Amino acid sequence: MLPLRFRRVTMSARVLVGVKRVIDYAVKIRVKPDRTGVVTDGVKHSMNPFCEIAVEEAVKLKEKKLVKEVVAVSCGPQQVQETIRTALAMGADRGIHVEVSGKDYETLGPLQVSKIFAALAKKEQADLIILGKQAIDDDCNQTGQMTAALLDWPQGTFASEVTLEADKLKVVREIDGGLETIKIKLPAVVTADLRLNTPRYATLPNIMKAKKKKIVNVKPADLGVDVSSRLEVLKVDEPPQRQSGVKVETVHDLVEKLKEAGRI
Amino acid sequence: MALVRGVRFGSYSIGRSRSLIFNSLQRRGIAACVDPSIGLTDEQKEFQKVAFDFAANEMAPHMAEWDQKEIFPVEAMRKAAQLGFGGIYVNPDVGGSGLSRLDTSIIFEALSTGCVSTTAYISIHNMCAWMIDTFGNNEQREKFCPDLCSMQKFASYCLTEPGSGSDAASLLTSAKLQGDHYILNGSKAFISGGGDTDVYVVMCRTGEKGPKGISCVVVEKGTAGLSFGKKEKKVGWNSQPTRAVIFEDCAVPVTNRLGAEGEGFSIAMKGLNGGRINIASCSLGAAHASVLLARDHMCVRKQFGETLSNSQFLQFKLAEMATKLVASRLLVRQAAVALQEGRPDAVSLCSMAKLFVTDECFAICNQALQIHGGYGYLKDYAVQQYVRDIRVHQILEGNDFFYIKKMPLN
Repeated sequence: MLPLRFRRVTMSARVLVGVKRVIDYAVKIRVKPDRTGVVTDGVKHSMNPFCEIAVEEAVKLKEKKLVKEVVAVSCGPQQVQETIRTALAMGADRGIHVEVSGKDYETLGPLQVSKIFAALAKKEQADLIILGKQAIDDDCNQTGQMTAALLDWPQGTFASEVTLEADKLKVVREIDGGLETIKIKLPAVVTADLRLNTPRYATLPNIMKAKKKKIVNVKPADLGVDVSSRLEVLKVDEPPQRQSGVKVETVHDLVEKLKEAGRI
Repeated sequence: MALVRGVRFGSYSIGRSRSLIFNSLQRRGIAACVDPSIGLTDEQKEFQKVAFDFAANEMAPHMAEWDQKEIFPVEAMRKAAQLGFGGIYVNPDVGGSGLSRLDTSIIFEALSTGCVSTTAYISIHNMCAWMIDTFGNNEQREKFCPDLCSMQKFASYCLTEPGSGSDAASLLTSAKLQGDHYILNGSKAFISGGGDTDVYVVMCRTGEKGPKGISCVVVEKGTAGLSFGKKEKKVGWNSQPTRAVIFEDCAVPVTNRLGAEGEGFSIAMKGLNGGRINIASCSLGAAHASVLLARDHMCVRKQFGETLSNSQFLQFKLAEMATKLVASRLLVRQAAVALQEGRPDAVSLCSMAKLFVTDECFAICNQALQIHGGYGYLKDYAVQQYVRDIRVHQILEGNDFFYIKKMPLN
């Protein structure tokens, strides 16, 4: 007789996938004149590329019949519903829109998002959470790890390969030294790295089917999460302009210049 | 398909970048005022996004090679068909995507930024699939449409003849009834895809002179008596072969006739209404891409001690180009809506759209080439291909010079 947990995992596994709406990767970013942030008005936004990879992985697991349901989650104002719809068009079954807007949205960071995900994981009885390893706007690389800590779940971060083996997940991780393979028990958090898969194009029929899929609205307060931030952004600046170099005639001159600059 | 990764400017070449998409190839409508997604529904924005992504990843990296080597990109088009681009406004029950004319315009506009010539062919293919879907009986629809929608088979539209271009109703290809076959004799000129495609939608004369004597039949490649002329050498549209299609006692079953005898011209014209919107949409895509290329070039090219972007004259020129692009886009989309709603002004609006937009967009692309200076003339730069590819849009599907006939000026 299989243990209860094993049966639950293979027959009715539910995956939560986080998708973040970020400024499109091809856009040239400009800092706002008041230096409180970057210009987002009228700027093209799309799904964070690592989140696309996370959605693709979840949908592939569903196609292999290893999980039953894929739920796409996004936190933010009304516009994030576009991002959830993209996930639905790629194959997610339903969406959850956690409404955060205005000042709260500007200061929303990994700590609050991970609290939201932890609460949702319990509420939805999720078995697996797949997130992108980081967002291309803040490059934090924290939400996955914090979510796992809050839930006291194992984590497989920077995943370049994920295989479900009974009630365990074999994750190949991309680390500085090369590739590390770990086995973690479900439920778990996985964060997707670049080489995990190549996200599919949504097909026209799937985009139309996505219209019928449900997106439910939820407020952070309903989940018992306080989204106020402990961080305050003081200012945002462009990287310093690259200064032009100076050509010197001899090695002697070079040494002199380096000494002048206090480098040697 | 290798996922190419690179580190550039501290950011990642990620997402679906199967080739290095550098900043200069921002064909996704980043400039806010010419953003083609303005005013669209969420669903249309999704369609557009898929089309833009597909264009940037699967077409743009190859468009120069397809042009120079005259390659008919069968594999790339079949990939497009897998996404639903093979029969965009064909009924889903025979494999189409069942979308509206406006959705179609948006999709072709986006795809065209990746390769005008290939997208234009895909639009012709779509037009043929629609004609069979709309005017064919159930047997014909089930026989031809699924393969066309999946692009397992490719289609060509055969109306023009050496002696009848603008005066299409004077066509001479004859179809004499003999038992249960029509025997076709004659030739068609300038047929896109001719020789490489599998299904030919042919307008031929079964009856009296003039439009009422014309019928529409579907001829399959391999039919005895069907042959092709030499592949034409063209200024643009080189990713699709163009050949004469020759009928010499070519026997076509009567069951391949779409609609009744004498309905062929009307079928052809109805197909062309949508075809005009599609061609105009392809011109829009080229103009959009060219405006962005011109803007990027102006930010980089320095003359007289500063970048071209500081020149007031060029700023005005770019603003004019952007204005004409947006005006053109609005006209095409209105025409598309009129057509899908079956409004009485649909035909003249489609004609006006095709006339205005193909002319304006060619001027935009040409201007963009001028802004590139000498570099614009080199084949290393994409702008010249846009210019060459859309030049023909002012000619086919209704030579702009004859458009006055289409518009009932009471």
